[in-house]
Amino acid sequence: MALLEVNHLDVRFALRLGDVHALRDVNFTLERGERLGIVGESGAGKSVAAFSLLNLIAKPGYIAGGEVLFDGKQLNGMSERALRKVRGNRISMIFQDPMMTLNPVLSIGEQMLECLKAHRRISTKEARAIALDKLRQVQIPSPETRLDQYPHELSGGMRQRIIIAIALLLDPDIIVADEPTTALDVTIQAEIMALLLELCETNNVGLILITHDLGVVSQVTQRMLVMYAGRVIEQGPTREIINDPQHPYTQGLINALPQMATPGEKLNQIRGSMPSLSNLPSGCAFHPRCDFIKRADGTQRPACTQQVPEFVTSGNCKVACHMVAELLDKEANDESRLKETNP
Amino acid sequence: MNAPSSALPNRWERFRDSYLLYSFKRDIVAQISLVVFIALVAVAVFAPLLSPMNPYDLAQIDILSSELPPFWIEGSDSQYVLGTDAQGRDMLSTILYGARVSLMIGFGAVALQALIGVCFGLLSGYLGGRIDAFLMRLADIQLSFSTLMVAIIVGALVKAIFGGATFSAYAVPLLILIIGLAEWPQYARTVRASVLAEKNKEYVDAARVMGLRSKRIMFRHVLPNTLSPIFVISTVQIANAIISEAALSFLGLGMPETHPSLGSLIKAGFDYIQSGSWWITLIPGAVLVVLVLSINLLGDWLRDVMNPRLYKG
Repeated sequence: MALLEVNHLDVRFALRLGDVHALRDVNFTLERGERLGIVGESGAGKSVAAFSLLNLIAKPGYIAGGEVLFDGKQLNGMSERALRKVRGNRISMIFQDPMMTLNPVLSIGEQMLECLKAHRRISTKEARAIALDKLRQVQIPSPETRLDQYPHELSGGMRQRIIIAIALLLDPDIIVADEPTTALDVTIQAEIMALLLELCETNNVGLILITHDLGVVSQVTQRMLVMYAGRVIEQGPTREIINDPQHPYTQGLINALPQMATPGEKLNQIRGSMPSLSNLPSGCAFHPRCDFIKRADGTQRPACTQQVPEFVTSGNCKVACHMVAELLDKEANDESRLKETNP
Repeated sequence: MNAPSSALPNRWERFRDSYLLYSFKRDIVAQISLVVFIALVAVAVFAPLLSPMNPYDLAQIDILSSELPPFWIEGSDSQYVLGTDAQGRDMLSTILYGARVSLMIGFGAVALQALIGVCFGLLSGYLGGRIDAFLMRLADIQLSFSTLMVAIIVGALVKAIFGGATFSAYAVPLLILIIGLAEWPQYARTVRASVLAEKNKEYVDAARVMGLRSKRIMFRHVLPNTLSPIFVISTVQIANAIISEAALSFLGLGMPETHPSLGSLIKAGFDYIQSGSWWITLIPGAVLVVLVLSINLLGDWLRDVMNPRLYKG
């Protein structure tokens, strides 16, 4: 059984005008030590998915259905007390902005020891030793000095290293990293990502990496999910999705990378913008922006605007797209016809 | 450790390099206020050592030496530097003891206000929902009673149930209770507003992700980040509490004359102002004004330092 299993997760925000569906029918699994990427535009539901894993969605959001199974136990619906034992201890999280994630009025040491002492009965001396060890693991120079410093005395990259050290403090099984490098400058980004990858590998920690950056996803993760308007639209091994994206949206994302553009010409883009979650288009949520709602011969594919696409399996990937489903059907038909004609 | 000492500033070095001290050194008003305030607090604290006589000790009072003027007026007695009051008590001693009572009530009441107000404000802001609505309506109700009304009700109840002698004996804790209860909403509202701003910051999410308890997040993570407005209103509240106490005592709802505060001294002298013994009321009045003024000026300076958005032009 997988370490983390998310089944039919459905998250809504109860707003005055009615419920807004932030996540619909999200399914994925994470094996021990596996690295999973979640990509998508802003507002696609990536961060909501991360927060709902630990049942930490702020009001008015709530988990309306589905289950999050961690190590065989269901996390949603678990008591707050039992959840606290999982948070930070077995699943920890790294946030986007290291300027904001550390409490400005507590020293680094106080924040690290507090996390340790909340979960383990250990003396201050032992806790300090663990904290120092983790600070060394994230390659912070003169860690003894850092423990007594305050967040404002450290640079952004240094702070993100400390946040990674805090995430690793209790040797968790999974780290959820919500855009961990977005707020850092590019040279530091690469360093931090390499460090995170290395630490996950050496400690056999599972990683859920939420990001916009397809380059990072392709370097770090083994499998990935592509999200659009609260749904997963494509998932599978990262390499296959990056090399051969099936869903028109994923194709659009990869085409939009600057290195895919012809030099001297405009960058490729997906026309339009993501629909508001409270007012989704009928059928496939992507159809107003999709170039493939008409077949190659110019005839309309009515399902695109009428029916929410089901997942179809293509190679090792699962794709939710009518166009892909139709192509696969056609291939299957052609094959069976071939078999009939030349037995 | 071979790290140079400059890499790791200790508390004193942090304070020495702080903006707080920097701005204090450049603000003459704040310096004078602090000196005056500390001097007043010091003489009040050491009143039993400094004052020439004990105004609570009836044996030391001589009615024959009543209403003697202060030293610069003819007819004064060198034994009584600031003169004597209508009962023959040495004014200097009664003022020292009175300031002691006033400050005690001021600080005590503010401590109580802060305790109730900070707890309610934190709960209200952090938990939100029904608890927030309930506590804030409670604050509204409390604010719609004036301090005077609370004082009259509590005073009347205590006097009716336990008798006037008990009220006099427990006047200090009762006044602390009255002024503390009447003014806690100021703290609760200020703290709640800051908590609402703080609780959406990522460090609170991070603390929750770490698996910390709500109580711990509230008191250890959110509260220290709301301290600067608490400090600023505390100065105003101490000044207000001292004035409230003086007003209550002046109206006869506060400290009894046998155990006077600055307010009851002013009241006691007020009856003699017509007969020319102005010093009995004016000298304690002046002390009260100087005390409150020094606290308010310190508070002004603190507000300027702690709120960088409020630069003086």
